[in-house]
Amino acid sequence: MPAEINFHVTRYNPECDQAPYVKTYRVPVREGMTVLDGLHYIKDNLDSSLAWRYSCRMGVCGSCGMLLNGRATLACNTQILHIATTDLTVGPLPNFDIIRDLVPDLLTMFEKHVAVKPYIVRADEAELDDPAGEFYQSPEELGAYLQFTYCIKCGCCMAACPTLATDARYSGPMPLAAAQRYNADTRDDGRRARNQLTGSSHGAFRCHYAGECSRVCPKGVDPAKAIQYLKRQLVLDYLHLARRKKPCAKMHGPGQGKPLANITPAPAKTV
Amino acid sequence: MRETKYWTWHMAAGVVIFFLLGLHMLIMHVGGITHLFAPHGGEATSKVNSLYRDGSLFFLTTYVLLLGVALYHGLYGLRTILFELTLKPAVEKAVSVVLLVAGLGLFGLGAWAAFATHAIAIAGARG
Repeated sequence: MPAEINFHVTRYNPECDQAPYVKTYRVPVREGMTVLDGLHYIKDNLDSSLAWRYSCRMGVCGSCGMLLNGRATLACNTQILHIATTDLTVGPLPNFDIIRDLVPDLLTMFEKHVAVKPYIVRADEAELDDPAGEFYQSPEELGAYLQFTYCIKCGCCMAACPTLATDARYSGPMPLAAAQRYNADTRDDGRRARNQLTGSSHGAFRCHYAGECSRVCPKGVDPAKAIQYLKRQLVLDYLHLARRKKPCAKMHGPGQGKPLANITPAPAKTV
Repeated sequence: MRETKYWTWHMAAGVVIFFLLGLHMLIMHVGGITHLFAPHGGEATSKVNSLYRDGSLFFLTTYVLLLGVALYHGLYGLRTILFELTLKPAVEKAVSVVLLVAGLGLFGLGAWAAFATHAIAIAGARG
């Protein structure tokens, strides 16, 4: 096992640098050490000016997406010795502007995300604003979109997308997968509103199905599959072949549901 | 939804091209075995066999149809490639108009050639 790994880190400060450049640091490595740990070592011991974004350190928040040995992934759940033996290249996510060093500007991604209405859309807005009951959804209906809810908006899929590399106006895998997540939700009635964007000239039809988005996703989401579902639904909607389904109805108000027979009643209130 | 319409027809055109090119391959490249649509014998590309097909209403239809779907399929593909260069919306609109005009012009020219050949073949058959 090598005692030290060369970290080739892309550095860039827009205030004083003309272009990004690579700086090499030697980092002592032990088993189990993540790339994020390595960056912390550099910051603490070698170069305090290095900038990157992170928060949870456990693959949940999606802040530390970066390009490690040419692959977009999270620095916090990638162990150094799993991907490097002597050298490791660390760069910012491609397809985004760089704020500084390893910090990408994710604003364009979030603007595209908001544009696809990533929330439940229903005609009964009063019910959404002030819920007075539960909407019934079977486990099978939940399964239709569950995997797309695991997205943590880290931007790795956007960085790996070859279409987005040339077409900056393309919606991209993350927003399109989010659109599919809500389109497939039986509580939602906003598919036709989302079709205006997902079916536009920079929407789902620009996907070449390279599949890189699904390959790099650190949460196992399959955005490429979501985009193919979107394409199919768009064509069915255009040909008027899609089944018109009403969003699922409200079952009952709080406390009005029938408790199951084998559940022990709650003890009486003491206060 | 306009792009959905364009893309759906792009896919449909691809399927039509598949069958029409299959027919083309059968006639032109396996003709020595099948003698399909070459009733006068010999090469499928010989003058008599070509005039036989040119005078057929079925082939006139397939020529014009293949011309239309191939132009649409190809020009939509070219438009897609150009759109992926992050053009300004006004430039995108100009590209669409130019490709539409070019497509209609080429279709008109090709259809005129197919109809003219059909008329010549019919006239030749009547003597």
